[in-house]
Amino acid sequence: MVLSLAFFTFVPAVAWFDISKLPVLIFALISIIIVLYTTFYKKSREKFKVREIAGLKAVENAIGRATEMARPILYTPGWGGDIQRPTTIASLNILSHIAEKTARYNCDLIFPTHDPVIMSVAQEVVRESYARAGFIDRFKEDNISYVTSSQFGYAAAVEGLIIRLKPASIFLLGTFEAESLILAETGNIAGAIQIAGTDSTIQLSFFIVACDYTLIGEELFAASGYLSGDKSILASIRAQDILKIILFIFIIAAVIWASFDPAADWWLF
Amino acid sequence: MTRKIPQIVCALFGVTLFVLYFSQHPSAKSLNLTILNEYFQIIFAFTLLVGVVSFVKINLKAVERGEDRPYRIVSLLGVFVMPLLALIWGIKGDAPFMWVFENIQVPMQATVFALLAFFVASASFRGFRARSVQATILLAAALIMLISRSSIGDMLTDEIPQFADWIRSYPSMSARRAILIGIGLGSLTTSLRVIVGIERTWLGGDK
Repeated sequence: MVLSLAFFTFVPAVAWFDISKLPVLIFALISIIIVLYTTFYKKSREKFKVREIAGLKAVENAIGRATEMARPILYTPGWGGDIQRPTTIASLNILSHIAEKTARYNCDLIFPTHDPVIMSVAQEVVRESYARAGFIDRFKEDNISYVTSSQFGYAAAVEGLIIRLKPASIFLLGTFEAESLILAETGNIAGAIQIAGTDSTIQLSFFIVACDYTLIGEELFAASGYLSGDKSILASIRAQDILKIILFIFIIAAVIWASFDPAADWWLF
Repeated sequence: MTRKIPQIVCALFGVTLFVLYFSQHPSAKSLNLTILNEYFQIIFAFTLLVGVVSFVKINLKAVERGEDRPYRIVSLLGVFVMPLLALIWGIKGDAPFMWVFENIQVPMQATVFALLAFFVASASFRGFRARSVQATILLAAALIMLISRSSIGDMLTDEIPQFADWIRSYPSMSARRAILIGIGLGSLTTSLRVIVGIERTWLGGDK
């Protein structure tokens, strides 16, 4: 593979800034300013309270159930995402909290994945969580494994693990595609308590039907702050709410504008 | 230091990719592709090696212990035989690799995919029970969608497919968009938390 500096070729005809992306840049900058301001300035001045999220409240019960039944917990981030995806990062954040608890309760945590990069990161995350809990000796590297990159090969491998190991609790948190229902229904057949969450709106409907608890939309991203109580993360969740209000006002304004001037499309970007 | 360097690299690449998104300049596009394709391929290749070694190690240990022996042996055979076939006879045309791929791997994948139809039926049976007002509305909407998407819908009346399209385009779409806005904002704040260094769980903890 050639790591050349070819990208520095001088081509004067094309402008460096793509003017068609100006509205995106403006919204991105507004969002960044709000998130950074809320995170670094407001966190020391305000108390943040996150509404109760049933799926995250059930995490403790799910781990407790597995411990009492002396059965493992299965956690998988789905086939659809790679490490670059924010959903995968959000999933690994939740994994970290769950691993800390499984370390304390001495409960096996099985993590099959389709991506070797995710496997390497997950091994580090879980190892650190076990160390933080003070039980590094309980960490089993082999429990965090790469199965295959093939979608239905991955689905079959995880399905097989569920049927053979009969985990007491299953966490399906990440980016899922067609394998979502195969895994959720297999978990249901195995009698596991299931907590799911994904950024795919199509797969969400399958999870809602087949799982006990489902994290919808931003709940998956708020989980890290909810579980850790970290003020900086909670502050960034507050920023999300502020951005939502801004978007809501923008949409209402666009609707009113469109009612009076149907030909206008200044809000399309 | 082991945490600082990856954090700096992450912030640097995060900001660079953000800036490059707003440029159409060939140099910017080229740099963007280099980072997203080539650099990621290098990381993937190294970790794939780690992944395959871990896979082989885990399965060999399980074979030794006698755990799920037949499955483990088939898995290991797949890992070793497929690359060998590709190395010896190549992967083009009627090479043995392609024969195995088309006659063993593809049908096995199709079989797992086909399970989805049965799981959709069992999940629907459990989910669409009229236990409350909301569940009854869901059940009614599902029935209308099912009828409209089958040939009976058109035969019965034109209104049912039209009503099903309305459900998809308005109530369903507005709910989906609300969820998508939440996901978009969640992705944005998560990415910012990672770039700025507030969220360090991906480095193995230490928030």
